[in-house]
Amino acid sequence: MSENAAPVSSSRQIAVTINGTLYEREVEARKLLIHFIRDDVDLTGSHIGCDTGNCGACSVIVDGTLVKSCMMLAVQADGSSIETVEGLADDGELAALQQAFSDHHALQCGYCTPGMLMSATALLRTNAHPSEAEIRKGLQGNICRCTGYWNIFEAVKTASERVAK
Amino acid sequence: MLLREVEYAKPSSVAQALAILSENDGARALAGGQTLINVMKARAASPDALVDLSGLEELRGIELGADGTLSIGPMTTYTELVGSAEAKARPILGEVCAQIADVQVRNRGTIGGNLCSNDPTNHLPPLMVSIGAQLTIAGRGGERVVSADEFFLGVYLTAVGPGELLTKITLPAGKRDGFAAVTLGVDGTCIASAAASVNGSLRIALGCVDATPVLLQPASADEGAVREAVRGAGLFPPADVHASSEYRMHLAEVLAVRAARQASERS
Repeated sequence: MSENAAPVSSSRQIAVTINGTLYEREVEARKLLIHFIRDDVDLTGSHIGCDTGNCGACSVIVDGTLVKSCMMLAVQADGSSIETVEGLADDGELAALQQAFSDHHALQCGYCTPGMLMSATALLRTNAHPSEAEIRKGLQGNICRCTGYWNIFEAVKTASERVAK
Repeated sequence: MLLREVEYAKPSSVAQALAILSENDGARALAGGQTLINVMKARAASPDALVDLSGLEELRGIELGADGTLSIGPMTTYTELVGSAEAKARPILGEVCAQIADVQVRNRGTIGGNLCSNDPTNHLPPLMVSIGAQLTIAGRGGERVVSADEFFLGVYLTAVGPGELLTKITLPAGKRDGFAAVTLGVDGTCIASAAASVNGSLRIALGCVDATPVLLQPASADEGAVREAVRGAGLFPPADVHASSEYRMHLAEVLAVRAARQASERS
């Protein structure tokens, strides 16, 4: 190995802030971020729906960017700040988006909801008043097999209107 | 799903990355991971070590030269390309990147990863061929520049050899480009695709019909000339659950016409 080379190792000490709390753990390089969040940190709100990057149930926001946490290694999140669905409510009070999901019955089984909420949160941050087409494009990485999406679109629209007031 | 055990390194310079890649036989570069991590889950790829390129600022960014040439770092994400003012110099680039998969994948997936994985259904290999992009490849011995025509060698295979990295993508000035695809759902995987560019002459590159993009240079952008060029290319497209060989051939012809029309109608 060359001088000054970056270390090559099968595990690594990482420090990650999740919803404002710092977690320091030794993780294997092969561990996916979703497994770190669910198994190591015990934040089980983010779901594993498909494990193949298709369904979006594991979506979280890493340093302000929406990602599928099953397509990122935990070691890659070292030093980052992560937001998961557990961070949306403020001291037990639902965020406007969560309340709108409840009001519009935007979930049935609820399995996809954590990912939907994170994708919609990311969308509304960059586009406070999305058109229906923009809502559809913003949520295209998230699959729901129950609702037919309509109530989800309505909820996101309502949340954007309520926040505007 | 649990990945097979893997080593991991996050180099802080391209030189370091090249050293690790060339000194570890089973090492592989990890760009955005939106393909590689999934194929590792399925054990379709099983690298012994991942060399994470995300810390290499020298592989990021979009520069627009005074002559209109675009230089793009391979670690630039699709989302960055969609939002970049500089990349608007070649509008098709952002337009096509906005059609790749979904928000999450576009936020992490990179132009370099798309090119180096060279899945025949990827959007960007045909586009780079029609545009006539130049790809800079670095190894420990130095750099070389390969044209897009010679970059794609086979399914999942490019001119980037073991111990090497794609370090820059250079696009000549021009705006007259087109892209058309039939996909699995909106913004889904391509069943067939065609990219076209008019820069003096017309270049059309077909995707999904062979292991690598198929370059056609019809004498004109007239529908008849384009159809004839596709028919005369001696194609025998692969068949799968989504399309028979004959249907893919039909799609290639129709999409080539659409892409050529879009390119020639643009000023």
